[in-house]
Amino acid sequence: MRTPLFDQHLATGGRMVEFAGWEMPVQYTGILQEHKAVREACGVFDISHMGEFFVSGTGATAWLDGLLTNNLSSLPIGHAQYTILLNERGGVIDDLIAYRLGEENYLLIVNAAKIPEDAAWLQKHAAPGVDFTDRSKDFAALAIQGPQAASVFEKLFQRPMPTERNRVEEIQPGRAFIATTGYTGEAGFEWVMPATEAAAAWHAALDAGAVPCGLGARDTLRLEMCYPLNGSDLSPDRTPLEAGLGFFVDLKKPAFIGRDVLIAQKTSILPHKLCALRVLDKAPPVRPHYKIYVNGEPVTETTSGALSPSLGYGIAMAYMPPAYCDIGQEVEIEVRDRRFRAQVVKKPFYKKP
Amino acid sequence: MNIPENLRYAASHEWILVEGNTGLVGITDHAQAELTDIVFAEPPAIGKTVKAGDVAAVVESVKAASDIYAPVTGEVIERNEAIEADPSLLNTDPFGAGWIFKVRIADAAELAALKDAAAYREQIGA
Repeated sequence: MRTPLFDQHLATGGRMVEFAGWEMPVQYTGILQEHKAVREACGVFDISHMGEFFVSGTGATAWLDGLLTNNLSSLPIGHAQYTILLNERGGVIDDLIAYRLGEENYLLIVNAAKIPEDAAWLQKHAAPGVDFTDRSKDFAALAIQGPQAASVFEKLFQRPMPTERNRVEEIQPGRAFIATTGYTGEAGFEWVMPATEAAAAWHAALDAGAVPCGLGARDTLRLEMCYPLNGSDLSPDRTPLEAGLGFFVDLKKPAFIGRDVLIAQKTSILPHKLCALRVLDKAPPVRPHYKIYVNGEPVTETTSGALSPSLGYGIAMAYMPPAYCDIGQEVEIEVRDRRFRAQVVKKPFYKKP
Repeated sequence: MNIPENLRYAASHEWILVEGNTGLVGITDHAQAELTDIVFAEPPAIGKTVKAGDVAAVVESVKAASDIYAPVTGEVIERNEAIEADPSLLNTDPFGAGWIFKVRIADAAELAALKDAAAYREQIGA
């Protein structure tokens, strides 16, 4: 599949790769340069492959609160919330952003790879009076991120960018939205628009000074922040508590799918916790599925890993047995039959200077 | 695309600069461009015997690890430590400061199997 910006990516020098069934740019000029552009200036990412679901109708809030971990009834209109869709075992189907557009009116931004599964799950649990529509094909989206994102916003919209995080504005009712959200740890916004308007928006963002950035930089930026990637760090077999996402789980809500499992976990010891690991030795870049040893014994494997462009050392995440999750715990990560020292550190890896 | 005339090339995108019975080995400009930002390089140990066509070194970009093959058989007599400290030399100067190792050529006849600049240019369609 191709996003509405496919031709723009080729024209901008994008190196296209397959991602979740989509032909996406992994980079334009280079991952390191694009990573730096987002940390120090402003980058623009095509995130049109992500899904857009509209939910509305009487009972929409209650319905979503029965399916998602976070609390939408307490979210003010015009705000966005990170939240998680669970299976009955408390495992993660998807992590997503919910925009509250009205009292009973929502836009959900879901992961590209999970559009069919999420849609099927929501259909399966459909409630009378609540209208759910997958409009992923009709919409495109850009993520504009970095310390200079506010200046790009002003050039695009002739007004200041909202300073508050997680604000949502419907800039054209039902058609175009901006939210001060992102996946990089930088200030910025995400801009959802009709697919037919994507090319014009892309060029406007570049003209306003945003540097085109690909999935490669998106991955290193999010990993430096310990933001999980579904399919790598999140899975149907791991709960959000194991993933360290308890902040986005409201167990005070009376009921949502997966809640019982989370309550049970809360009152016992988690089987695993997603830990942040800093590589201490000079080592090749750590990648997903590298084996981790403690005291010479294999205990787990990495879920994500990279040589951090901002920090200059190796970083990784892994589900570790709780006994080995204390900050400072030393482990070894195996790269091509050699083991390199690493230790558990506090999340996130990267803090803005 | 820079393809110096004075080098011999392996189909796997390594070059060798032959000086008497030794050869300096690196990767081509085309290879570095395909690999993108190189963030880790591990040249072979001095004294190691490498065999033509076998893995002699590893370089890694942000996204992938890539094997570097020995264009000829021989003993490694020098290794470029500078690329361990600054792997981006492989991107910025692949035919110069980004060289990887120097080998004492065991059998000069193997050089005949390598390509000249024109043949390598044809291979990569440059």
